[in-house]
Amino acid sequence: MTYDERLSNVSVLGAAGKMGSGILLLTAIEMTDLSLLPENKDKVFVLNAIDISDAALKGLIEYVRVQTRKFAEKKIVWLREMYKDNPKLVHNAEIIDDYINKVVQTVRPSKRMEAAYDSYLIFEAVNENPELKVKLFTQIDENNPNEPWFFTNTSSVPIHYLNEKANLGGRIIGFHFYNPPAVQKLVELIAADATLPEVVDFAREYAKKLKKFVVDSNDFAGFIGNGHFMRDALYGIQTAERLMKEENYSFPEAIYAVNKVTQDFMIRPMGIFQLLDYVGIDVCKYIMSVMNPYLSDEDLHSDLLDSLFEKKILGGQNSDGSQKDGLFKYEKGKITAVYDYETDKYEDVEPIAAKIDAKLGELPEGHIPWKKIIRDKNRNEKLARYFSNLEKTDTAGARLAKRYLKNSRAIGLKLVSDGVANSEEDVNNVMLTGFFHAYGPINDFLNWEEIK
Amino acid sequence: MNKKIYLTAGYNTISLGSGRKEFNPKKERPGIEHYIKEAGKAVVDKIGAENIDETVFSNFIAARYNNQANIPGYAPFIDEKLRFKPSTRVEGACGSGGLALATTFKFLMSGMSDVILTLGFEVQNTMKAVYGADVLAAAGWYHDRKNGHAHFFPGQFSDRAGAYFEKYGREYARKGFARWYRNAIENARLCPTAQEYHNTNPDLEKTALTEPNPKVFVENLNVFDCSKVSDGASAIAIMTEEGLKRCGIDKKETVEVVAFAQAEDDLTKKPEDPTRLITTEKAVKLAMERAGITPEQLGTVEAHDCFTIAGIMAVEAIGLADYGKGAEYVYAGKTARDGEVPFNTTGGLIGWGHPVGATGVHQAVTIWEQLTGNAGDAQIEIKPERPYGMTINMGGDDKTVTCVIYKRPE
Repeated sequence: MTYDERLSNVSVLGAAGKMGSGILLLTAIEMTDLSLLPENKDKVFVLNAIDISDAALKGLIEYVRVQTRKFAEKKIVWLREMYKDNPKLVHNAEIIDDYINKVVQTVRPSKRMEAAYDSYLIFEAVNENPELKVKLFTQIDENNPNEPWFFTNTSSVPIHYLNEKANLGGRIIGFHFYNPPAVQKLVELIAADATLPEVVDFAREYAKKLKKFVVDSNDFAGFIGNGHFMRDALYGIQTAERLMKEENYSFPEAIYAVNKVTQDFMIRPMGIFQLLDYVGIDVCKYIMSVMNPYLSDEDLHSDLLDSLFEKKILGGQNSDGSQKDGLFKYEKGKITAVYDYETDKYEDVEPIAAKIDAKLGELPEGHIPWKKIIRDKNRNEKLARYFSNLEKTDTAGARLAKRYLKNSRAIGLKLVSDGVANSEEDVNNVMLTGFFHAYGPINDFLNWEEIK
Repeated sequence: MNKKIYLTAGYNTISLGSGRKEFNPKKERPGIEHYIKEAGKAVVDKIGAENIDETVFSNFIAARYNNQANIPGYAPFIDEKLRFKPSTRVEGACGSGGLALATTFKFLMSGMSDVILTLGFEVQNTMKAVYGADVLAAAGWYHDRKNGHAHFFPGQFSDRAGAYFEKYGREYARKGFARWYRNAIENARLCPTAQEYHNTNPDLEKTALTEPNPKVFVENLNVFDCSKVSDGASAIAIMTEEGLKRCGIDKKETVEVVAFAQAEDDLTKKPEDPTRLITTEKAVKLAMERAGITPEQLGTVEAHDCFTIAGIMAVEAIGLADYGKGAEYVYAGKTARDGEVPFNTTGGLIGWGHPVGATGVHQAVTIWEQLTGNAGDAQIEIKPERPYGMTINMGGDDKTVTCVIYKRPE
């Protein structure tokens, strides 16, 4: 079966979700582009968007329409070439409108799993629930005569587990997009030992056509991305807990302090607790619980996340992409208040910031905010200068940052020594491209031995 | 010229678009009324609305960018004293402003008017460049659109650049393009209304030599070879001796029109020699013949550099350099602000901006500023042996061309 044939009938499970909608969009565009090629003139490409809510599916179509326009505008030169034999469509605007219609027409929204029974390729982006995934795969595989291939977007469940439980005979691979899939360049590719080589080949070609940057991860729960992020977050929680216990920080002060250190002192796109809110506290808790049974030498679990979950402090995003309140309260994406665990209320961020900023001390000289450094051509040089100043600084903030950085590096190194990642470079690439960090965690910016 | 004609009280709004700090594509921006009013009012305040006999507007295509036609109706909107007075709008694509100048001169020479307000404008940022390309393509022949490039006009001038490369050498020509770009930006940095006024790039020629990428743009040009999408207006008062008296304007505050010429070529035909701007050449030669001057007497030129290649070819069309030698002339610094003939001293279309219908009028305003010593930081020295200024405004791919020659009045 050729690449084009494999993509002639595809289903996306969980198509209206945060990740599913992006995967659906990119796949709809790729399929439509194939359909525009002269050799595919008479072929029909079908993309089933399967989800459980009519309202969400309606929203999905609108999302596809709006996003496709952006893609079409960027590739207008190519589109005009594809439309050159159609005398009726002359202007860029006409061609773009027609292309958007073609992409939308490729998508068939459905609430019925039966729609997937004709597909050759199934993308799965449902909840991070291993049993649900196994159930859906089993059901489709039993009813689909095409021996379809399964691409799962799981960020934590081992692929071999899904392969075995659903009895897929290696017709499965982990194809893990980062949020939002339409924007983020990274795809973590996870082949289980049993994954068929032709599935891997196809996955690579597909990723290349989508202009994604592929990092291979080995088949360990959490893979590289969550393998690092979950441990990094757990360390953040432990640091906050230590500040409360040993240094008399209140809960909101500790949360604010660690978030500030991880964002500003460490020059990251957002602080670790804002990132928890962004991903969703429920999602993080769930991912940890999926990963934990597979880890023999550590306990990836946080009581704090459990009780926040019970108190319905969840974070995550609204359907329009705006941030829901979690450990922080947000207005237009900006932090305005911090959650207080004791009172179950949000405290204004300003007085907390005034007090804690003074406690943490000034940012070391040479500090450049993440937003600026990410676009700087001499980024590494400037980071080296900043970190060398950080090393010499002995404020509370600098001390916390140094220890955090050292731990973050240790997490990365362990992913390599445990065989999750094939190289230090792969770990760094995941953090650089999937998490938009300005530098990889495994670096020589500081004299790590010296940091206690 | 059957009578003396003078220009005075020129005014430019800023050229708003990418590059200006105040430009944010996601926020709402002023519409055409804002630009017309600002530029019109600035001139009216200097000469008195009651003294104006009529108005001439130049605009390319507000009907599509702004859903607005019947442009003459904006004259009384500038000042109610213009109500019930004649008003005319002319259109010749990017050459509209030049047509407005020529039309104004002819109206004045007809004897029916002595003071005319001439105002050009365009507001293009109402749509993204990819759709704006469809609108701008109307400056070419409609039947060429289907087979034209997505970015239609860059495509046309990329073909010209390609022909020039083939005949005279790619690397050689691109060095000239890069120097043209550098001059444009450096001049724009001296003019607060210029679109590139805020540009701080330390190595302009290196940027300009970025390899063209035909996958996303055109084959032989990069975006730095192109003028940008702009919102803006330019206005100037043009009058006879009678008019000067009526408005109480001292001749020292004016420039005089020595001669002008228009030339038009067949919209439906492709250029017979893509390495030359033949229509431009005709208009320039005729204007110089009428003025009785040679290129060696030119003190400054505002050339229509919608693209760097058009700037180079304009140098050759004027006769300052032989065919194929324009790139060398530019690269040697002869068109720089301290060179033999400073070109586009406030940035030209690439540096100052190209609000299409305003451009021809903007060129006249710049020459007026330079020859009367009103150019501020952008002021150049006008040497006595080179007292003449020239504007060349071109519509479409060398189709609608107006050339005007100016000097300070005796």
